[in-house]
Amino acid sequence: MDELKTAILEYVKKEYLEEDDDRVLTESTPLITGGIVDSFSMVSLKRFLERKYEIRIPDADATPDAFDSVDKIAAIVTRFRQAKA
Amino acid sequence: MAYATRVRDHYQQELNGIREAGLFKEERYIHTPQGADIEVEFPAGAGQRKVINLCANNYLGLSSHPEVVEAARRGLDNRGYGMSSVRFICGTQDIHRELEQKLTTFLGTEDTLLFPSCMDANAGVFEAVLGEQDVMIADRLVHASIVDGMRLCKAMTDTFKHSDMAHLEEKLQEHQDKRFRLVITDGVFSMDGDLAKLDEIVALAEKHDAMVFVDDSHASGFIGRTGRGTHEHCGVVGKIDIITTTLGKALGGASGGCVSGRRELVEMCRQRARPYLFSNTVAPVIVSGALRVLDLVSQTTERRDKLEWNTSYWRKLLTEAGFDIKPGESPIVPVMLYNAKLAQDVARDLYGEGIYVVGFFFPVVPKGQARIRTQLSAAHEQHHLDKGIAAFKKVGAKYGILGLNKQQIIEKYGL
Repeated sequence: MDELKTAILEYVKKEYLEEDDDRVLTESTPLITGGIVDSFSMVSLKRFLERKYEIRIPDADATPDAFDSVDKIAAIVTRFRQAKA
Repeated sequence: MAYATRVRDHYQQELNGIREAGLFKEERYIHTPQGADIEVEFPAGAGQRKVINLCANNYLGLSSHPEVVEAARRGLDNRGYGMSSVRFICGTQDIHRELEQKLTTFLGTEDTLLFPSCMDANAGVFEAVLGEQDVMIADRLVHASIVDGMRLCKAMTDTFKHSDMAHLEEKLQEHQDKRFRLVITDGVFSMDGDLAKLDEIVALAEKHDAMVFVDDSHASGFIGRTGRGTHEHCGVVGKIDIITTTLGKALGGASGGCVSGRRELVEMCRQRARPYLFSNTVAPVIVSGALRVLDLVSQTTERRDKLEWNTSYWRKLLTEAGFDIKPGESPIVPVMLYNAKLAQDVARDLYGEGIYVVGFFFPVVPKGQARIRTQLSAAHEQHHLDKGIAAFKKVGAKYGILGLNKQQIIEKYGL
């Protein structure tokens, strides 16, 4: 797994899993549809990505589908980083 | 015809999908007033069955209390059946003002505004007091009505892990760039029965310049030494900026709710909260009954003391029988079963034994957290609970879950 996905996965685990939550998360685990991240909590995820990677993700692109797995999140971050470059 | 076959087919398929997922909800018809002993018709058309009710929010046993019924009857005679108006046109009677003043005194706040329900209070309050410069930081297990209310508000949303004060503090620090911060929590969480750490939340809010919102629907009337609510239990009366609560649970159980708190915030709701502005006034008969309820709970702590005893006794019985229950002190006592089908099967068998409880599973509770939520009432006598535990033991033994911990139940039944 590349550095970007590792960083996102680590953030998701720290931010959204409770201490006694023994679910195993991978880069393809459904986050929104899997009930791990709710739509309100997506805000903190979006803010984390925007601050860490110095990008701006328009609300129209920050959809539950686009944020539904670490793979998908990494793709959207990569797209906006490239657009910025 | 607009309701064409393809439209009907679509909804029938949707409903079939809900049935196949085991999530289809069916109402049970109760042929008696609410109480510890009720007669239920279930499934529809079946003969009536006498059962002990262990799933009502009738915490103080006031839903059918003769003095409350009599006060409601007098209200019906003296103030009529309906007002045919929203509050601000011609729907406010003297008794609405009286009830709001009594609630303010009871809750220890500055002002109160009645709503048709606490669902409506929660739906309207956030939009009325916050704007897009602000942030709402909610505990992740708050009630669905709060979630809906937050969706209607333009302020930014964020969440903190359930009752995790370190995480809340991180969020409060992170959002210092916002105009106002509002920490949002239930007083007693409806599915787990645990209490919010309101003393710590208030301390953090003071430290990081935030307001505090508490939905005390599962606490008003019985939590705290004199039943004022979770803020009394935690020693922070007067320090909660917004309290929403219901008259539909311990406080008579009929309907109606309120926003209570800082004078200006309540007034903002009177000016801007859409469920207040655009729905009918609380009916005079309900207001009259609720006034008597507040007199009863203000005069004596007898009923909340009995509820406390019942709660402690029931928790002891379940623990001794070997059930895995969520620890705590509230009269919401969840019996953890983890597996959704197991929760439904156990609830069905308990009904067969004369005990009315309901299984809860995703999406009402998180996946893998299925349970039977039992709820105590001051209307229960010891014999109700003794009969209840006998049935729980019999059904628990049938499924081989007595004495098993979480891991062992999951190993036996899966998630």
